[in-house]
Amino acid sequence: MFHIYCPHCCEHREEEEFHVKGQAHIARPVDPEALSDEEWGNYLYFRKNPRGLHHELWVHNAGCRKFFNVTRDTVTYEIKEVYKVGEQPSVVSPADKV
Amino acid sequence: MSETNSAVAIMNQVPGSDADVRGESPLHHVGLADITDQSNGDAGVVFSEAGLLGHLTLRCEPSSPLIAVAQTILGIALPLTPLTSVEQGDLVVRWIAPDEWLISLPNDQVFDLETRFRAEMNGHHSLVNGSGGMTVYKLRGRHVVDMLKKSTPVDLHDSEFPVGKVVSTVFAKSGAVIRRTGESEFELVVRRSFADYIWLWIQDASQEYGLAVAS
Amino acid sequence: MSQKNRLQSGGRINRDQPMSFVYNGKNLQGFEGDTLASALLANGIDVVGRSFKYSRPRGIMAAGAEEPNAIMQLGSTEATQVPNVRATQQELFDGLVSGAVNGWPSVDTDLMSYVGKVGGKIMPPGFYYKTFMFPQNMWETYEKFIRKAAGLGRTSYETDPDLYDKVNQHCDVLVVGAGPAGLAAALTAARSGARVILADEQSEFGGSLLSSKETLDGAPADAWVSSTVDELGANKDVVLLPRSTVNGYHDHNFLTIHERCTDHIADKAPTGKARQRLHRVRAKWVVLATGAHERPLVFGNNDVPGCMVANAVSTYINRYGVVPGNELVLMTTNDGGYQAAFDWHEAGRKVIAIVDTRQSPKGACVAKAMDLGINVITGSAVIDVAGAKRVTGVSVAPISADGDMVTGSVTKLGADTVASSGGWSPVIHLAGHCGSRPVWNEEILGFLAGPTVEKRLTAGAANGEYTTAGAIAQGIEAAKTAIDALGKSAVDVVVPATEAIAQYPAMTLFHVPHVKRTALAPKQFVDYQNDVTAAGIELSCREGFESIEHVKRYTAMGFGTDQGKLGNINGMAITAKALGKTIPETGTTMFRPNYTPVTFGAIVGRDRGELFDPERFTAMHSWHVANGAKFEDVGQWKRPWYFPKAGETMQQSLDRECLATRESVGILDASTLGKIDIQGKDAREFLGRVYTNAWAKLAVGRCRYGLMCGEDGMVFDDGVTACLGDNHFIMTTTTGGAARVYEWLELYHQTEWPELEVYFNTVTDHWATMTISGPNSRKLIAELTDYDVSAENFGYMDWREMTVAGVPARVFRISFTGEMSFEINVQANFGLHVWEKLFEAGEKYNLTPYGTETMHILRAEKGFIIAGQDTDGSVHPYDLGMGWAVSQQKPFSFIGKRGMAREDCVRENRKQLVGLKTTDPNVVLPEGAQGVFDPKAPIPMPMVGHVTSSYWSANLGHSIAMGLVKGGLDRMGEKVYYPLADGRVIEAEICSPVFLDPAGERQNV
Ligand SMILES: [Zn+2]
Repeated sequence: MFHIYCPHCCEHREEEEFHVKGQAHIARPVDPEALSDEEWGNYLYFRKNPRGLHHELWVHNAGCRKFFNVTRDTVTYEIKEVYKVGEQPSVVSPADKV
Repeated sequence: MSETNSAVAIMNQVPGSDADVRGESPLHHVGLADITDQSNGDAGVVFSEAGLLGHLTLRCEPSSPLIAVAQTILGIALPLTPLTSVEQGDLVVRWIAPDEWLISLPNDQVFDLETRFRAEMNGHHSLVNGSGGMTVYKLRGRHVVDMLKKSTPVDLHDSEFPVGKVVSTVFAKSGAVIRRTGESEFELVVRRSFADYIWLWIQDASQEYGLAVAS
Repeated sequence: MSQKNRLQSGGRINRDQPMSFVYNGKNLQGFEGDTLASALLANGIDVVGRSFKYSRPRGIMAAGAEEPNAIMQLGSTEATQVPNVRATQQELFDGLVSGAVNGWPSVDTDLMSYVGKVGGKIMPPGFYYKTFMFPQNMWETYEKFIRKAAGLGRTSYETDPDLYDKVNQHCDVLVVGAGPAGLAAALTAARSGARVILADEQSEFGGSLLSSKETLDGAPADAWVSSTVDELGANKDVVLLPRSTVNGYHDHNFLTIHERCTDHIADKAPTGKARQRLHRVRAKWVVLATGAHERPLVFGNNDVPGCMVANAVSTYINRYGVVPGNELVLMTTNDGGYQAAFDWHEAGRKVIAIVDTRQSPKGACVAKAMDLGINVITGSAVIDVAGAKRVTGVSVAPISADGDMVTGSVTKLGADTVASSGGWSPVIHLAGHCGSRPVWNEEILGFLAGPTVEKRLTAGAANGEYTTAGAIAQGIEAAKTAIDALGKSAVDVVVPATEAIAQYPAMTLFHVPHVKRTALAPKQFVDYQNDVTAAGIELSCREGFESIEHVKRYTAMGFGTDQGKLGNINGMAITAKALGKTIPETGTTMFRPNYTPVTFGAIVGRDRGELFDPERFTAMHSWHVANGAKFEDVGQWKRPWYFPKAGETMQQSLDRECLATRESVGILDASTLGKIDIQGKDAREFLGRVYTNAWAKLAVGRCRYGLMCGEDGMVFDDGVTACLGDNHFIMTTTTGGAARVYEWLELYHQTEWPELEVYFNTVTDHWATMTISGPNSRKLIAELTDYDVSAENFGYMDWREMTVAGVPARVFRISFTGEMSFEINVQANFGLHVWEKLFEAGEKYNLTPYGTETMHILRAEKGFIIAGQDTDGSVHPYDLGMGWAVSQQKPFSFIGKRGMAREDCVRENRKQLVGLKTTDPNVVLPEGAQGVFDPKAPIPMPMVGHVTSSYWSANLGHSIAMGLVKGGLDRMGEKVYYPLADGRVIEAEICSPVFLDPAGERQNV
């Protein structure tokens, strides 16, 4: 049972108020028709499953109904940060740094 | 069709008084009036339904100049701080999300408000009548917090949940908008279809404290 | 037999308040303040159960949650039966009825015991896997016998009459355990202004101090306990939870506490009171002050009743005024164990000997024993016990300094009680629940809580600090750490003065040697509840199990309801030795919730019966109930399924409802359909992106049907959306899909297209929706409105605002039945009024209410799909033959467009939705039946798709069905066969799914 800080309600709430929506920062391709089936398949189905830091999209569905991002450690389950949609994470694993 | 020719359709949804139409709140089938018990002074939880109110959801960007217009129309400042509410007379405005407020007022004033909003709010916003879809449960008593702790995971301690605070949250297996209206007084806005479930739940969860129904 | 082991004075029991109870059918007496275990011991009950595998008689070993043997069935009535209650944790109440769960037909004469006599040859470790799993189909037979013989208790056959409760709690500091460390931590945190919860599994706070003869500041320890508890109780921000076991430690400091509110009063709670309560606690900080469990030593026949852990002996004497025997032999590896002998001596019973495994122990304890005239035998151990249902004597032998072997001759001593102390194991179960691995500490010869990311602290014996003063100091320190981190300023609490006694170093010993090697020695039990012996662990290591987790599973060590609280460390030590490793190298098993068993009642709480799941009602629900509707669950909604009249079968009701609707007029409560209000200048653009068809030109006053697909191109919802204003639409969704569609719209708006100016609001509950359908529907509505509802003024797929039965309404000319229909929407507060007025006016038209089943039949006659029934996430619009609802011309690549263009989505021979007409018109295909093209094909026959919808159509006089068939749209007129489980093969012809009025002349009027 996570305790999650909603960046819109500005307080911690219980996990049962939220839904996780999977990996964050998967933008819909601007021109889907330009993509091959394989590229479209990657967008549709292929997701990371890291051991360690993971950026996830959550929604405060029983509260303000806003979507936001969570950086979570999949080993310790620590939530390292929450940030709004459109923002970038500040806590990133070395492998993800560009 | 006169009202639907503009960008947004609004309609006075309340029958005229000449129509002889009775309104039925979501708990009408319970017959609360028949079980109202003013004499039960020992009850730890006192329940009443404030049904048939008008409820409107206002959506607007908090940075929009329309916020000021809305405040002028409403006659009170919109609560911009998360989880706060304002109340003035019959009017209550609750913060629901950064761009959403739940406004309650007498149902027969809804159409006037909608009309003024449509006339004066020129820009991106929405005002949606949800009066039929919600009802308000008022709860008070010395055990009201104890009962609510069985029902919602939100922290209700005075230091975390002062008078005026409002949260949208889980209530039992449903949801509610909970507002503290006094030290031991709360108000729940619940969805119509869940009203019976939540009423059953409140009866059950209040059992050990005693429950009275007030008018 | 009247409490022969009860002392005349002393203890925390109330001798003025006797309590009668029943154990295995015998009437016995105890006192207020007893546990069931202390009362049984007071009455001289030796055998409280039979062991699981060998069926050996077992007695009470311990005094707390760690007790492995005294597992009871409680309950004076069938309805109040509770299995697997530890007698050491059950407070005695007047009228308590108990029985041993292990032992059939009785604990004293046991059919299975011959197995135990013959011993391990018959049931070695891995016995269940090796023997009973093969042949596998016999397992059920074996299991029945084993379970009955072993007896794991039983639940009631009746409904539990009690209430259970759940409550959500929040605090700054949760202190687990109210011994000296916990009390000090709670006091410090409370004085510092924190919100504190203090939970302890026992009936009274105080922990070890309740059975201690120590003084604090010169006064008996319980004086400090009561003054501390009084101060905490007076603080409004402190929640005191006695009889409350913290059972689970979950992520982000979420802990569950199982409070037994009335289990100590009666076996049914007083009316209106919850019997047990599950607290769900979110704590900013947690202080684990959970104490320690004393380890018994592992020696021959160490399970004979009369063998106990040393500390339990002291607890029974000091707290309950019960001496559980007459002649004690105490074996210890440490000074702490001596206290049991002192207490025994002081109680006036005989201490036969203290057998100290250390070669030449010195110090205060040894000196005191000598002074008392107790025979102290050093450098020796109890290697074997005589007796069957009670200890009758012990064999004592000298052992080597490292404890590995017997070094001299055996001496036999008479005794009825053997207490042993192998040191202490901190109770760190909770600390491990979130995945933290315990860390071995050589100094205390035990595991301590490992590192964690949780805001968790440990104090006192749980942290390996076994002195009272030290525990109090650690409790204060832990609280201060938490208070500082919370940004509050900590208030000092002074540690009370205690008498410090110098301790002589303890010896590292777990497994006592025998003159014979372990495999041949008398059974040396490690885990009592699962009959795991030292020999069994050694055998499993010889058989190649090297990981402690594997040894655990192979031997079943720690798998009982006690989870091996007494035996696990001994088992790990024996494993380590057998593998030639150290204990830290061997490691420990993981602890998982729950620490002690939790009743299903507490887990369920109030979510039972009518509160098990919310039932959602429409505004007309009371009418449906009053008019005899049968209901169907659609999600959480209760929807009328059909409205039977007296004497009708379901099919007769459906036939009547279907015919009435097509011949005159029927009415459906459609309020449950999802309704989403959409406003904003980009609302139209948004609709174009989420629906497959075009919305750019939908005029105000008009409605349009649309399909929604996922990015994979597969249909997931559908419905009609009406244009209310240029920037204003109302979307309907399926009943079950409402919440999902709403969230999905928000997802795309918030994450992909925030630049679109549009707001979504769910108004499902706001509108009561009633659909009148049938050739007389226009006549009916015309009677209730002044509005001109003629076809010229109000055509098919139009919507209009009007007053119906005095109520302002939005009426939609949309049809899911294929008949002329008017869907009337009014604010739900006025829905029942309008519904009733429709019936008043509709009587002359035989206005017939119908439910979801008739709706399904009527729509199937028209070939209208139900998303989720005729689709299953694998069909796109073209598969449904609904290419007409896809606009490939839209400028924006709508959701689903790219997906449905994938190679696999455009290939030949996809499963496509078609109509199915059975060759025998009276046969109704079963929904879900799999079709084949060649019923004579060898098994496994190639399957070509399943029946998705199938009904008897009273209007058409034959059955109708829809189904997915491979390449079905190109196979019109061909046959498909449905072989059923009963051997029948139903033949059907592939046809258009539109069985009735293909031109739409009935609805478009
Ligand atoms: Zn929120």
